[in-house]
Amino acid sequence: MKFQAFKFVFPRTLPILTGFWFVGIAYGTYMNVAGFSFVYPMLMSLIIFGGSLEFICVSMLLSTFAPLSALVVALVVQARHLFYGISMLDKYRGLGIKRYYLIYGMCDETFSINYTSKVPEHLDKGWCFFFVTLLNHFYWVSGSVLGGILGDFITFDTTGLWFVMEALFVVIFLEQWKNDEKHQNGIIGIGVTALCLVTLGKDSFLLASMIIIFSILSLQYLYTRKMKGRLLPNG
Amino acid sequence: MDNLTLTEQCIIIGMCAAGTMICRFLPFIIFSRNSKLPNFIVYLGSVLPLSVFGMLLVYCLKDVDPSAPGHGAAEVIAITVTVLVHMYKRNMMLSIALGTIIYMIEVQFIFR
Repeated sequence: MKFQAFKFVFPRTLPILTGFWFVGIAYGTYMNVAGFSFVYPMLMSLIIFGGSLEFICVSMLLSTFAPLSALVVALVVQARHLFYGISMLDKYRGLGIKRYYLIYGMCDETFSINYTSKVPEHLDKGWCFFFVTLLNHFYWVSGSVLGGILGDFITFDTTGLWFVMEALFVVIFLEQWKNDEKHQNGIIGIGVTALCLVTLGKDSFLLASMIIIFSILSLQYLYTRKMKGRLLPNG
Repeated sequence: MDNLTLTEQCIIIGMCAAGTMICRFLPFIIFSRNSKLPNFIVYLGSVLPLSVFGMLLVYCLKDVDPSAPGHGAAEVIAITVTVLVHMYKRNMMLSIALGTIIYMIEVQFIFR
């Protein structure tokens, strides 16, 4: 049962192996150059398991001690995970103790894969989710360790390899686009985020995008409820 | 890096982990008790994913430098290729691999 689940999910995680090794090695190298032993990227990747925040965390480790602002930055950078949790409430229900690890390890990529992959009937959904989470976690930690140990020895030209992540998100978006009839929500997601990125710059666009997307979706909810209320005065 | 003691470093890393875990666990903690979710949350759970995938697709492009050679043409072309290949073949690995290879060729040989 477990092996079958593993066999089903492993190929689906290969793009993430490529992407995480690329970014993870870059991250490990970055810490190495900043003077940290590979133990730091290893433990940080294991414990935090959130790429962009880990990069930011390096600069926190290099400046003066400010734990509270570290927490605030972490909450802001990671706020998007609230959206993932809300989307996964149902899918992660009733999976026993595995559930805690699934939530713990739910990074962008794990959420994307676990939300969109259609697990065949004969396979155990919980184990499929578990292996996706575990494999991605492993790819990220091993990439960071590799970078931390031998970052400088990698010589072949990997310029542009980061695009594997972009391609993954494009494909995930297309798959969801096909499954979801409400296409306007996809356009809202792309449009609002792109607009915020262009106007606010890359350091502060994300939180603004999330707030605006959330507001538009909420208004949409209120509006459809109002329309329904008109049609069905009792419902 | 001698500014921070080992304990202080651990606290900073712990804070980053705590912030991450609060965001990941919060929805599950808030909505674990009641067996029936509020309508609004059910609604959000159904509409958020497509918006979020759209958001991630743009978020992943945040480090693209618009003043680099090509001014974003490399990204536009590679994304278009990924979309077309995926619409035509609908094979995840193939679309991702081709899109990435095209992009790498572009930035290493064409737009540089």
